[in-house]
Amino acid sequence: MIDFIKQPWSWYFSGMMISLTMLLLLFFGKSFGFSSNLRTMCSMAGAGKKIKFFDFNWKNQIWNLMFLAGSVLGGFIATNYLSEPAPLQLSATTVADLGQLGISFDGNLNPSALFSLEAMKDFKTLAILLSGGLLVGFGSRYAGGCTSGHAISGLSNLQVPSLVAVIGFFIGGLIMTFLLMPFIF
Amino acid sequence: MKFIKYILAGILFGIIMTKSEAASWYRIQEMFRFQSLHMYGIIGTAVLLGVIAVYLIKKFEVRDIGGSPIVFHDKDKAYRKYLIGGTIFGLGWALTGACPGPMFVNLGSGYAGMAVVILGALVGTYLYGTIKNKLPH
Repeated sequence: MIDFIKQPWSWYFSGMMISLTMLLLLFFGKSFGFSSNLRTMCSMAGAGKKIKFFDFNWKNQIWNLMFLAGSVLGGFIATNYLSEPAPLQLSATTVADLGQLGISFDGNLNPSALFSLEAMKDFKTLAILLSGGLLVGFGSRYAGGCTSGHAISGLSNLQVPSLVAVIGFFIGGLIMTFLLMPFIF
Repeated sequence: MKFIKYILAGILFGIIMTKSEAASWYRIQEMFRFQSLHMYGIIGTAVLLGVIAVYLIKKFEVRDIGGSPIVFHDKDKAYRKYLIGGTIFGLGWALTGACPGPMFVNLGSGYAGMAVVILGALVGTYLYGTIKNKLPH
């Protein structure tokens, strides 16, 4: 069992487990949508006093914050106890393309050149991460959901608005990848 | 104690995001460059099974743990916000390789830079709340 978990997961097993997560939350009487936690956090910090959008009873969202706390713990457990040292099997063409951008493939989930503590000493890297996060936060609230709320929950319920949002995710992703990233990196 | 099941579900989600490599900056780049089926396979499988499950839940009027019927809410029928908001989201998703879930999962995995991404996401959410009424929806 533990050996099965420790090896990298196939795409079909991974997909199955993601829909299981969605079903688990439905069974708990909730819905799977992660980005609303960001709104809840703003509200908890007192943003509701000035801005109506954040003026809601965030206590009804504590369950989702607990889910968020669990996900941090899950990342810690998976990386430290459920992983093999073998490098990620990234496509060779992606490795080559990223190399051209100056980002070397280090075999981990995320490049340490961007996300390690040392990388934070570089002002440009900080600016990239901060502005990228800003776009995700702004965009997910504007679109009323992120990958979990639209791509998984919404599409599972055959929602056309979610399909439009997912198309938007790809328009933005392709513009960033092919048009903007060569200038940013 | 009533929150323990959500923490456990979150742990499961964090493990899934990590082990599936859906929380990988490299995998997201590979997806947007159409150089592997990995991410498409994951999302495709999840949606296919999700469609079947939601259909069955509606058909058999399945109830949740508390005995209430499981209900699904339709998203509002406005399209500009989904397209514009989605595009802005996509720009950030490709740049940071992280949607909101994986930001936190990766923080747990030890990527300190994700704290900066999360800070940016909170600022972005706050900014949306402040100028919401001026935006086309």
